[in-house]
Order: sequence, then structure tokens, then C-alpha cells
Amino acid sequence: MSIQEQAIATELNPVDEPQAGTRHFTVRRFVPLIIVVVALALLYWWIASVPLDSIERRTLNWSYILNRTREHLALTFAASALVAVLAIPAGILLSRTRSKIARGIVLGIANIGQATPAVGVVILLAIIWQIGFSTALVALVAYSFLPVLRNTMVGLQQVDASVRESAKGMGMTPNQVLWRIEMPLAVPVIAAGLRTALVFAVGVATIATFINAGGLGDMIVNGLKLQRFPVLATGAVLVACIALLIDWLAGIAEDYLTPKGS
Amino acid sequence: MPESTNTAITAIARNTSGASIVLDRITKTYPNQSVSAVDNFSMTANPGELIMFVGPSGCGKTTTMKMINRIIEPTSGSISIDGRDILSLNANELRRHIGYVIQQIGLFPHMTIAENIAVVPRLLGWSKSKTADRVDELLATVQLDPGLFARRYPRQLSGGQQQRVGVARALAADPPVMLMDEPFGATDPITREKLQAEFLRLQATLGKTIIFVTHDFDEAVRLGDRIAVLSDQSQIEQFDTPAEILASPANEYVASFIGHGAAIKRLSLIPVTDAELGPVGDAAAGTVTVNADDTLRDALDALVLTGLRAIAVVADGRNVGSITVERISTVLGADSLDSVTVGRGASGPAGEVS
Repeated sequence: MSIQEQAIATELNPVDEPQAGTRHFTVRRFVPLIIVVVALALLYWWIASVPLDSIERRTLNWSYILNRTREHLALTFAASALVAVLAIPAGILLSRTRSKIARGIVLGIANIGQATPAVGVVILLAIIWQIGFSTALVALVAYSFLPVLRNTMVGLQQVDASVRESAKGMGMTPNQVLWRIEMPLAVPVIAAGLRTALVFAVGVATIATFINAGGLGDMIVNGLKLQRFPVLATGAVLVACIALLIDWLAGIAEDYLTPKGS
Repeated sequence: MPESTNTAITAIARNTSGASIVLDRITKTYPNQSVSAVDNFSMTANPGELIMFVGPSGCGKTTTMKMINRIIEPTSGSISIDGRDILSLNANELRRHIGYVIQQIGLFPHMTIAENIAVVPRLLGWSKSKTADRVDELLATVQLDPGLFARRYPRQLSGGQQQRVGVARALAADPPVMLMDEPFGATDPITREKLQAEFLRLQATLGKTIIFVTHDFDEAVRLGDRIAVLSDQSQIEQFDTPAEILASPANEYVASFIGHGAAIKRLSLIPVTDAELGPVGDAAAGTVTVNADDTLRDALDALVLTGLRAIAVVADGRNVGSITVERISTVLGADSLDSVTVGRGASGPAGEVS
């Protein structure tokens, strides 16, 4: 009898979960941000303290750096937005098709896009098409398509079969099951895919410089070619900091997009 | 049928206190399989009846049940609710009026308890205030405090609480028919017994027509108005009341499914007053008593526990007689001989199979 009472008592008073919101902002969460600030401060202090020659001065000034950063970000975000608009619907369609052939073909193409070295894709595209922003954009999209496509499919597939069945059993239409149940539950996985794609794009956007599409790759390549170490280092540190910062922001966005109960 | 799909569904929905279900020669054959999962299954469930499908895993009992809300479409045969052929209706709209509870519960993890229960009312376009009132009412019905639970998420609840929410969610639009697929199968014995008792109490007031699938014969005896004992391909071996199945199993298969202790199980279905009570004076005064509305199993339990020869039976606070082991045996009477013959391999009387 006492066991029964105990069982009932625990059943009526389940342990409360910590409230959402408090768990998102721990000290650990801010480590990447601190690293970025420290790295940029050190870089600034170092560049300010070394004597620069005329070549270096042409590159290491605010307007040049801001323009390259702007180009770099434009390329990154345009590519990521395009990937989101293309790969998420493609992932939804593929996860709902029964045709293994269609799934195989699309996944195969996406795989090739990612497996082919990005430099090769950029240069091949430039030869057969044109140089500049659009070409770099296409190459970036091809490169970061797969993680979003795959995560959309996995995110939809990992929804508990019993959850899907009860949704159907309650009279939801297939579209209602998708938008009210499957998509909200798949959001964390899809967001993780987008986060990967964004970080990929920041790194790969450096090669846009080879086809005259700007970006921080200009600084890295010029620094190498002209053997100006401060220029090379500034470009590299900036790219790394942007990647860290975007990953950090995407992580926060992911937490906010994750449905509360899951 | 002259009436439109919509009127048919509305008519089914309006009858909230149980509808009749007729399954007529239902067969389900999966492509690329030579043997059908369900073969030529026919059954009639009366309004307000709680029918248990009992059988071993893979016998097709769940498949048969899922054809009623068309989660699985039958290959041939017809199904009607309240005389309306449901196979011609819109499946999604139909399902909004058939309560559905599954063993894994399938609560939506990203919705609060209140939102989970409100799913069908939302699909039916109820107003916000009507839905909110209904959610509170249902939470109270399944004995969960609305103030405490409405805003919680499923994973913050215990298994037993989740299954109660599952039942509340299925009842949301007050459907005439409920389908329950081993709803209490995954809970611990104590919680299960509690949920079963609450469920019986609930059904007594609601009077839904319920198809309840289980592999636990004791659960079937405890809950069912009638039990269908099923074997491979969903063949009905016997379809009768629990007392009748326990008293005279139709064949060896049913007898083996009942298992040992059929007599004891039967006692739990018979009220004490069905026995011919002895004189009041036979029982020792002031000691253990049983109530007139207890079962013979309770009486036997008390007799074994105390070691007394006779125990007083009490009704409305006064002794109305006494009960002994001999008197309990007399109630089981000649029937128990039947089960002995079945045990020796002779086939029993045919069950009421439609």
C-alpha cells in the first residue's frame, strides 16, 4: 500500500524542468564572442604598432577592409538565403516522395556539389560562363546545398512515428501534419544544417577572389603574392572571426527556433 | 446513399453517446503477400458497447481496428457507423469524430497539454472560448488539475499522466466511437490498474462505443462488455461476454488463451449476492465482512485471508447473510465441469460469432 501511495505521489508531482530561457545564457555560451573580441583587439593593436609601407597602407585602411568585408558578407548571406529557399523545399519534397530514384539523383547531385573542390568549381564555372559575383554565388550554393538538404530530410524523418500516426488518426490532412507537426519538430535539425551551410559559405567565399568577385580573399591572396604578412594576417583573422561570429549568432537563433517542449 | 459526405459525417458526429459499428466481411491483403492480414472479418458492435479484441501479437487485431478509422484501408468489405458507409466518406473528416488512443500515446512534444487536447476542436473550427472550456473540463475528467497541467509540455509528465492526456485528447470533440490500441500497455502495473479503474468509471458516464485492443486477457475480462478472442488473420474464435467465455470457452485455443485460474477470474465477475447466502448467524460477529456489491472473488479473498469458515455479507450497514467457500463453489456449479472437458481436448459449444 505504501508503495502504491508513493507511486501516486510521484506521479502527481513530477520534477519541474528548468525554465526555457535561463539555460540559453551561460558563461560558456559567450566564449566564442570573447575570443572574437580579443582576437580583433590584438590584431588592431599589432597593426597599429608596426610601421606600414605604401603597399600595406593601400590595403590596411578602414574603407578597404570594410568594403572587402561587405562583399564577403553579401556573398555569404546571398548564398545561404538561396540555399535555404532551394534546399529546404527540395528536402521536404524528397522526404515525401516514395521514388528512390528521385531521392538518389538529387542526393547524388548535392553530394557531387559538395565533394568537388570549391576552387575547381569556381574556376570551371568562370571558364564556361563568366567571372564575378553571380558565378561565385552559384559555386557557393552548390557547395553548401547538401547539409541543408540532408538535414531537412533527416529532420522530417526523425519525427516519432507514433506522433505522426496520432496526428493522422486525429484527422489532420497530410499538409496539416507537415506544417503543424513535422516541420516544427524538424526545425532544430534544419537550423543546424543552415548553420553548417553558413559557416561553410564564409570559408569558401574567400576563393571568390580568383574570379574577381571580391571578398576578404583579396587580402589573403594579395598578402601572399606580395609577401605582406600584416595584410595576409588581417584577412585571415577577419574571415575566422566572421565565421565564429556567424556560428555564434546561428546557435542563438537555433535555440530560439527550437520548439519549447522538445 | 443519397445524403452527401458532409451530412453523413455530421450525423455520425451528433450521436455523441455511442454509435453502432458494423464490420462486414472485411479483408486486408497487403501487396506482395500471399496471406491476408485480416480475412473476412464480420462483427457488430452495439451503441455504447465496450468491445475487447484479444489475441496474440501479429494476429491482425490492431489491423482490424485501424480499418475503422481508415489508418489502414480495407482491401474489401464494408464498414458502417450508425448505418452510414464510412468508406465513402472523407477519411480526414471522419477521423475527427473517432477518438484514437495508441499505446505510444503520440502526444505532440512541441505543444502544451492544453494545445494537444485542443487539436481536434481546432480542426473542427471551434471558438477559442469553447475550446478552452472543453480543455479544462476534459483535464478535470481525467483527474488532472487544469491549473497545474494545461501549460506543461508532454515530457514534463509521467507515463500515466501522459496516457490520461491521450484519453482526454481523444475525447475532445465528444466522438461517438473510440478506438484504443493497448492504451495502458506501457504503464507499470499499479498505474495500469488505476487507469483501468478510471477508464471504467469514465465509460460508465460517457457510454461511447469502444473498440479496445489488448493482448492481456485479464484486462479484457476486467474492462470488456464483450470480448472477441482472435487468432491468426483476425479469425474470431469466440465473441461473447467475459463471464460466458470464462464459463464455456468455445475451443482449445480460447481455453489456452484464458490460461490458468479461469474459475478465479470468473469469480471476479459475479456479485456476492448471486450466491445463495447462508443464515446471518453462521458468521462470527464483528470481524471481517464483505459488501453485497463486492464480487465473489473479494469474498473468497477474505475467507482465505482470515481462515474463517463463514463471513458476514453486509448491505446498507446491516448483515444480510453469510458466505462460505462451499456456497461460492456452488455458484460456479456445473459450468466448471465444462471447462474440465475442454481441458481434455473436446470442443466446447460454439461461440456467438456473426
